[in-house]
Amino acid sequence: MDLIFTLTVAVFFTVGFYLMLSRHNIRILIGIAIFGNAVNLTIFTAGRITRLAPPIIPIDADALAAGTANPLPQALILTAIVISFSFFAFLLVLAFRTYQELGTDDTDDMRVAEPKNEGLPPLGY
Amino acid sequence: MAIEHSSVDLSDAMILEPTALADWIITAPVIIPLIAGALLLMIRHETRFHAGIAIGALLLALLGHIGLLARVLETGPLTMTMGRWLPPFGISFTADVLGASMGLAATLSALVCALYSLTDIGARGRRYGFYGFLMLMMAGVNGAFITGDIFNLYVWFEVFLISSFGLLVLGSERRQLDGATKYAILNLLGTTLFLTATALLYGALGTLNMADIARVMPEVQDSIPAGTLATLFFFAFAMKAAAFPVNFWLPASYHTPRIAAAALFGGVLTKIGVYALLRTFGMLMPDQLTLLSTLIAWVAAATMIIGVMGALAQTDLRRILGFVVISGVGTMMAGLALGSVEGFSGAIFYAFHSILVMTALYLLAGVMNGLAGTYSLRTLSGLYTSHPLVAAFAFLLFLAVSGLPPASGLWPKVMLIRASIDGGAPWLAFAILLSSLLTMLALGRVFLLAVWRPAVEPSTAMVVSPGIGYAALLVLAVPIVWMGVYPEPFANVATKAAAGLTDTSAYIRSVFPEVVQ
Repeated sequence: MDLIFTLTVAVFFTVGFYLMLSRHNIRILIGIAIFGNAVNLTIFTAGRITRLAPPIIPIDADALAAGTANPLPQALILTAIVISFSFFAFLLVLAFRTYQELGTDDTDDMRVAEPKNEGLPPLGY
Repeated sequence: MAIEHSSVDLSDAMILEPTALADWIITAPVIIPLIAGALLLMIRHETRFHAGIAIGALLLALLGHIGLLARVLETGPLTMTMGRWLPPFGISFTADVLGASMGLAATLSALVCALYSLTDIGARGRRYGFYGFLMLMMAGVNGAFITGDIFNLYVWFEVFLISSFGLLVLGSERRQLDGATKYAILNLLGTTLFLTATALLYGALGTLNMADIARVMPEVQDSIPAGTLATLFFFAFAMKAAAFPVNFWLPASYHTPRIAAAALFGGVLTKIGVYALLRTFGMLMPDQLTLLSTLIAWVAAATMIIGVMGALAQTDLRRILGFVVISGVGTMMAGLALGSVEGFSGAIFYAFHSILVMTALYLLAGVMNGLAGTYSLRTLSGLYTSHPLVAAFAFLLFLAVSGLPPASGLWPKVMLIRASIDGGAPWLAFAILLSSLLTMLALGRVFLLAVWRPAVEPSTAMVVSPGIGYAALLVLAVPIVWMGVYPEPFANVATKAAAGLTDTSAYIRSVFPEVVQ
């Protein structure tokens, strides 16, 4: 089971990084979304995957029985999902506004903040 | 149900005694900006109250930081665990000298930026939520400095990151959208890599509490891929700190926002990356720091030199400052690479200096632009005759950032150079000196052109009264000169902060009182 998850994570990371290497914003964004999910699966796998009992304390016990699943990664992933989702939403709007204003989604053409061929600063007066 | 099971011994899972009233001060630097931020969002359209609330909240947070620093200097690290769950299960806030002192410097810088924003941010910017974003960002920054849990550190990183996006695109100019796209994507990538490293660390150690990690790491580091983890953390934090070769987001974006926001970014945000590097490597993984020290030293030297060479090639004053920020990050990483208490304390002292001086330099650029109507060195000129006070501030700050007396840059650089020579890396000392020389050339040219050069063309710009700008610069100039003339107290705090990193026993005892070491 761990091996399957590890391989899935590897594929997710590969696809995410490959897309992020693109020059086009929209591909980069899809890459970031996949990358975020790769990390979520990494947390899930890092918490060890067991197919045993769910982490619920029985009514007459004080603690979890041995061999129950680890509940912590779910809390961590939930946090990470909320964060990455909100960031992705913000980035989509930002990319769209940038496309509207700059008329391109090619990062090579996005040179408004750092214009090409600015020339040297004055060397004396 | 609860009564039925009253036989359960809660002391196995929870801290039963209530938190002492004085200990609540640890939450002050986070909770005050958080409440003020929420309040400002609620009254977004009542713009006349915004600045007052923001400045008041930052003053309170500053007082909280002063109290917290005094407390940790006297009694050692202070811990409060949320929800009273026993650590490592509950999320701990652990303030030590490093976190409290850097938080103090950052909050002072934010206060001055809020002061300067009175002239910089108009009613439109306020309605867009400048002060709300500012408050939430400072809550995230202070949370990052104070938290004692590495996953929580990630959460605070994201809190200040999303708020910084808001500050960066305020106004939605074309340049800002361009800069913000690069800043947002690369910084999100950096924090997500940090989360990846955290996930793998959790998989290897089964804990996220920093004190617990520091305790467990020496025992298990040979059976886990600790070097790989450390490299991943280094890459993620180096990206946040804008170290070469992953620094390109910074010069692409830091010159685009309003100057009050740029000053805060330049002063504070990269230092959080440096703080995180010091925390993870100095405290959690000292042996892996030794493993990576050569790499970190090369990265540090390259960041220093290439950063300042970028500054030499720029015409826009704000872009020059962006590259100077990068160069400063390299200087602090040199202290990290040395791995000794002396190196760490030099880096921490340099961080105090850099937070204040970089904020002041951006504000100075804002004042110059207000007077001359341009940031470009081609036309910026004649300030010496028209505004001698600007010339005086510029002179002081340029001395500070180049590391010359009587300003603050001298002593941290002396400490770092001594530590490099004592640590057997004289070439690193040479790199620090070379970068100082180049910084002096870059900013000396700014002084020559902007201040000494007679006015090249009569200014047609509307002159903005620099009164508030002078006040903001004066508030920063006091500690800057103080650090240069009487560095003793600052150096002591930095040394204590560094000692708290290398000797973790006090930090661990603060979280786990039952551990005897």
